[in-house]
Amino acid sequence: MKIHEYQAKEILKSYGVPVPKGGVAETPEEARRIAEGIGEKAIVVKAQIHAGGRGKGGGVKIVTHPKEAEKAAKEIIGMTLVTHQTGPAGRLVRKVLIEEGMEIQEELYLGVVIDRSKACPVIMASREGGVEIEKVAAESPEKIVKEWVDPSVGLKPFQANKIGYELGLEPAQVGKMRNIIFGLYKAFCEKDCLLAEVNPLVLTKGGEFIALDAKINFDDNGLFRHKEMAALRDLNEEAPLEVEASKYNLNYIKLDGNVGCMVNGAGLAMATMDIIKVVGAEPANFLDVGGGATVEMVKNGFKILMSDPGVRMVFINIFGGILRCDTLAKGVTEAVREVKVNVPIVVRLEGTNVEEGRKILNESGLNFTVAIGMKDGAEKVAEALKR
Amino acid sequence: MSILVDEKTRVVVQGITGNEGLFHTRQMVEYGTKVVAGVTPGKGGQKIDGIPVFNTVSEAVKNTNANASAIFVPPAFAGDAILEASNAGISIIVCLTEGIPTLDMVTVREYLKGKESKLIGPNTPGIISPGKCKIGVMAGYIHKLGTIGIISRSGTLTYEVVDQLTKKGIGQSTCVGIGGDQIIGLNFVDLLALFEKDSNTEAVIMIGEIGGTAEEEAAQFIEKRVHKPVLAFIAGLTAPPGRRMGHAGAIIAGGKGTAKEKMEALGKAGVKVVRNPALVGEEMETILKGKRS
Repeated sequence: MKIHEYQAKEILKSYGVPVPKGGVAETPEEARRIAEGIGEKAIVVKAQIHAGGRGKGGGVKIVTHPKEAEKAAKEIIGMTLVTHQTGPAGRLVRKVLIEEGMEIQEELYLGVVIDRSKACPVIMASREGGVEIEKVAAESPEKIVKEWVDPSVGLKPFQANKIGYELGLEPAQVGKMRNIIFGLYKAFCEKDCLLAEVNPLVLTKGGEFIALDAKINFDDNGLFRHKEMAALRDLNEEAPLEVEASKYNLNYIKLDGNVGCMVNGAGLAMATMDIIKVVGAEPANFLDVGGGATVEMVKNGFKILMSDPGVRMVFINIFGGILRCDTLAKGVTEAVREVKVNVPIVVRLEGTNVEEGRKILNESGLNFTVAIGMKDGAEKVAEALKR
Repeated sequence: MSILVDEKTRVVVQGITGNEGLFHTRQMVEYGTKVVAGVTPGKGGQKIDGIPVFNTVSEAVKNTNANASAIFVPPAFAGDAILEASNAGISIIVCLTEGIPTLDMVTVREYLKGKESKLIGPNTPGIISPGKCKIGVMAGYIHKLGTIGIISRSGTLTYEVVDQLTKKGIGQSTCVGIGGDQIIGLNFVDLLALFEKDSNTEAVIMIGEIGGTAEEEAAQFIEKRVHKPVLAFIAGLTAPPGRRMGHAGAIIAGGKGTAKEKMEALGKAGVKVVRNPALVGEEMETILKGKRS
C-alpha cells in the first residue's frame, strides 16, 4: 500500500528523521496559514499524489511569501497532474504540502528495501540522490553503498558508520547520518514496510541532513497489525474499478486493451493476458477471482469487467481443480443473466466435472462460445474479434 | 523415484480443525497421502476421521513419527507454525497459507538457516509426487506418474501445464509449487539440483513469473550444473511495471524483474523458453521425442 509524501514524513519524523517544517493543506487559505507559520523564507508548495515526477509536471512551486503560497496552492489544487508515473490520464491533486525551503548543498539517497534473494532488509545509500536510484544502480552501481541487515541481530551501529564513511562523509556528518539510518530502519521494521525511502536526503548549507522527500510502501500482508496505517489508504489515488474489486476480494488491474479476462489464480491470469497478446489482441485487464473462485466472486468479477467501456469481448479461463466446473458454470450463467452482457464471451473451463460444466453453458440459451483448452480459447478470442 | 515426498512420507496437518485444513486433509487422505496426525492447540486428544489431533507439533512427531507437515494456519500465525514444525524436527514443511507478512518470513528464513528442515512455500499449492503422496491443495486426478519434474511459482497455471502433459500421456515425477511470495523456502535452484540428481526425472519444466531474480539465478545454475533438458514459461510478458499482479512477489519494480529479461537469461543458459502458455505440453513432447530417438 502506498501513502502520500506528507504521511510518510509524519511517520519518519516520529522516528527522529529530520523533515522540513510545514503542513498539509486542502484549500489555498489553509496553505497561506501554514506558510505564515513558516515565516519570511522560501516556501515550497508540493502537490500530494501517489506518483513521482511531480516537479517536472508542474506540481511543485517555490514562492517567497505566504500570499504567493496561497496563489500557488490555488493553481495546484484541482489540477490534473501528468507525470511519467501517472499515465496519460494524470491524477487530480486534492492536497498540497507547504514546507520551508532549504538551502541545498548536496542531495543524497537513502532507502531500505527487502532483498528477496538474501531474505533480509538491505540499506542503500548514495551521494547521487534526487534522481531515479534505479538509473544510478543500472549505470553506475559503484555509486550505491549497500549494507545487508542480519535479521538475527538487527541493524548494528558499525553498519551505519560504514555506510557514512563509504559515502565519504565527514566524521561529524557520519554521526548525524547514523541517527537517520537507524530512524528509517526502525520505521521500516515496526511499520511492516516493503520500502522506506528518503530521496533526496539533503545536506543543507548549514550542514544538517533533512528528508526533503519521503516514500513509504507498506506490506499489504502486514496491515492487519497496523490498523492506524491501514487508515492512511487514499482511495482517491486508486482506480475506481480496482477499489470496487478489492471490496469483493478480487484482484483487478485495468489495462488498455479490449479483451476482458476473468481467470482464477494470478499466474494463470497473467498467462491468459500473455496468450491474448500472442494471438494479436490486447488484454483489457488482469482479473484474478482467486485460486478457488466461488460463484459469488465470478458474479462480482463479471460486473466489474463489464463496467469498463473498453471491453469488446470477454475471455473466461477457469481451471477448476478442486472447485467443480458445474458449480462455476452455474455462476457464470447467473452472472451473465444478471449483468446483461452484450459482447461475445469465450469460456474455457477445465477441471473437475468439466463435462457437466460445459453442458450447463451450452444449454443455458446464452451466447457463449465454449472452448476446449487454452489454445482453442485464445484462437476463438481472435476469431470473435475479427467479426 | 521422485523428490522430497513419496509413499513413505508421514504427514502432520497443522490447523487440521479449520475449514481449509479439514477439507484438504480429507482430499489428501483420499489421494493416498499418509496423514498420521493433526495439530490444533487446545484440541489435543480429539480425533478427526480417525486421525489423532495433538496440541503441539513435537507431541505429534513423538507419537506418530511424522516427518512432513502441511500448514493451513491463518497468516498471522503461520510464520510461527513453520518455526514450530522445524523445531519439532519435521524435514519437509509445506506452508499453504497466503498473506504472511514479509518480515515474518525474514525471521523464518533466518531461523531455518543451518537446520535440516526444508520449507516449501508459503502461498503455494503444495507438492505432489503422483500416485505416491500429495501435500497441498491441487486436484490430484489431473496428475500422472511419470518422468517430468515441475517447479512453479504459481498455482492454477501449474495445473494448466500438468493437464497439458497428462493429456499427452506425459507423466510427472514430482510437481513443486515454490510459492508466489517475495520470500520463500526452496527456490528454483534448490529444486533443479534435486531433479538433476533424481534418476527418474528426465526433464524439468520451470514456470516462472515477473518479479525478483529467481529465474535469472536459476539460469546461471542451469548453465553450469544442469544436464537434463529444461523447458520454461514465464508469465507476465504483458504485465505493466509497478503493479503487483496478484502474487505478493509478482511485481516489476524499478524496471527489474521483467518477463523479457528472465526469458533472455534462461534462453542464453540453453533452456527452451515457450512464449505461448498453451504450447508447454507440445514442446515437452518434442523434447522427449528428440531425447529418446
